[in-house]
Amino acid sequence: MSFIVRRVIFYLVAAWVALTINFFIPRAMPGNAVQAIMSKFPNLTPSAYGALEAMLGVGHPGSIWHQYWSYLVNVSHLNFGTDVSQYPASVSSLLAQTIPWTITLVGTATVIAFAIGTALGIMAGWRRGGWLDRVLPGLMFFQAMPYFFLALILLELLAVRAHLFPIGQGYTGGLIPGWHWDFISSAIDHSLLPAFTIVIASVAGWMLQMRNVMLTTIGEDYVLAAQAKGLPDHRVVWTYATRNALLPQLQGFGLALGFVVSGAIIMEIVFSYPGIGLLLLNAVTSNDYPLMQAIFLVITFAVLLANLIVDVIIVFADPRARAREGAR
Amino acid sequence: MTVALPVSAESATVPETPQQLGLWRRLPTKAKVGAVMMGVFILAAIIGPLLTPYDPAFQNPAPALSLHSPDAAHLLGTTQSGQDVLSQLLVGIRLTLELALSVGVIATVLSVVVGVAAAYLGGVWDEVLSLATNVFLVIPALPLLIILLGYLPQKGQLATIVVLSGLGWPWGARLIRAQTLAIRGRDFVAASRETGEPTWRILAVEIVPNEVSLIAASFVNTVLYAIGASVALAFIGLADLTSWSLGSMLYWAQSQQALQLGAWWWFIPPGLAVALIGTALVLLNTGIDELGNPRLRKAGGTGVGAWHGLRPTDPTPVLEAAPPPRGRLASFLHSFSRSSLLDEHTGPGGTP
Repeated sequence: MSFIVRRVIFYLVAAWVALTINFFIPRAMPGNAVQAIMSKFPNLTPSAYGALEAMLGVGHPGSIWHQYWSYLVNVSHLNFGTDVSQYPASVSSLLAQTIPWTITLVGTATVIAFAIGTALGIMAGWRRGGWLDRVLPGLMFFQAMPYFFLALILLELLAVRAHLFPIGQGYTGGLIPGWHWDFISSAIDHSLLPAFTIVIASVAGWMLQMRNVMLTTIGEDYVLAAQAKGLPDHRVVWTYATRNALLPQLQGFGLALGFVVSGAIIMEIVFSYPGIGLLLLNAVTSNDYPLMQAIFLVITFAVLLANLIVDVIIVFADPRARAREGAR
Repeated sequence: MTVALPVSAESATVPETPQQLGLWRRLPTKAKVGAVMMGVFILAAIIGPLLTPYDPAFQNPAPALSLHSPDAAHLLGTTQSGQDVLSQLLVGIRLTLELALSVGVIATVLSVVVGVAAAYLGGVWDEVLSLATNVFLVIPALPLLIILLGYLPQKGQLATIVVLSGLGWPWGARLIRAQTLAIRGRDFVAASRETGEPTWRILAVEIVPNEVSLIAASFVNTVLYAIGASVALAFIGLADLTSWSLGSMLYWAQSQQALQLGAWWWFIPPGLAVALIGTALVLLNTGIDELGNPRLRKAGGTGVGAWHGLRPTDPTPVLEAAPPPRGRLASFLHSFSRSSLLDEHTGPGGTP
């Protein structure tokens, strides 16, 4: 059985755990979700009570296993039910509207931050005690700051006061989303500041991690041997140390994706960016439980998929792993 | 996010017989700075609420005291409704640290139990616990926290502590399991097993004390995670917003547009306090990390060749003990973990 297949099975197990947690949360939590929704929306008629119960799966006829099974069937058909707060819309259509925004912006910003942080970490690790190494504690301060705090200050200073960037939102109001230049340029313009804040807030973490892996790698005998052979520094750094240090860094990337997603949720709330994080906030504030649960599942599945991609990259980047893949 | 990435997960080594007396002197400067900063905040949390000049919730009706900039009477100014920011800050530091330290203790105990049990019991136990750890590592925590708290009718301090602890243990458990695996094969453990010591004693006296630096690091990391997550959750509104924590202060400052109104003294102090506490913890953690992993320690001298000076003083590296023999079910389960890829070529002798 190849490594990738085994990882796929692991992620399927993780996905099943997430699905199961998601199924049991409304049933295990104190309080009555249906009651909460009814009191939130006074225009709902009492006859909606049964409909809400059916939608949330509480008070459903049949045993809990029966409910569990029909829940799994529904999710596998991407049927997350009807939305409560924006009533006739289905949850799936709301998700489809918001996901592209999040993936485009957060994906790009994260890859940029990872690349910059890794490059800086290589330099800091190689020239230990150099200036980069010494500004690291300062960067940690940015890292320790709550992300939304930093983002709100930058938003106030750079967008509201200095007018360098548009204030929040995904695009200029009044434009009709579509594949025309007006809209695309406006969307890019609106994404610059959020992307910048993500990079600022996360670059130090990648840098510190890469620096430490570099320090450990540089201590290895094969790096000493490469230097003893008289190879030029740049060759030792890039071909010997960095290539090996990148593997743990990539693994760290996979494990950190959960944090990346968390940052993205907060970012969208700060910038009123029309992605899935803002949708989640709206769902929470309006007690829109079906939407909340669907968003949790979508985010979790996205993280699992991204992790799988990282695993595939590791297999291709690591000749040892490739050799073992072939040998099986 | 504010949660620091755990550093050098795989390279933790057993600390070299720590001398209790000289510990403070042997601490790296970073750790000392972090410890002092943290001490100041803990002191503020303990005695701060006794010193608050005003009741943090008291709304002064005088219109002149709405959004008053800092002066002698109100050292950090007032909020929109005339509440004293300094008083709120002092109470807020206490509540936030109380929450974060409780989560740190509970989650760290959980991770020690899970990590040590997995590694020491081995076999199917290990595989089941490791699988659970890895699954909870890969499921993103914040969205799960949001829906859990979203369903709770009361989002008080206790509920937040329970939920954050319940999701905060996997990082530590993973590291502690790896460390325990390395230690359990060593001679002194084998010796005490031979002399017939009961398992609980081997665990409590031989194994856990050798992991103190790792447990401390994972405690600090968990506290960091708890502060970051609780502040973020409060900012979203998923907290008890009637009490004064640093997170709920930020929530109110933001929702009443402190920044747009130019009231920096209302918005900056709580955020800065979180940032400083976070920096202190990161410094503390880097210091602990350097104590345990000499390669990260500064070797004097700078430049490309600096590490040459380090090598002769390197302690003998702790080789990963050979993994315990696995049964068929156990090795089947193990083959699903990411680390199975690394198993075969990081053993002693498995040079790249």
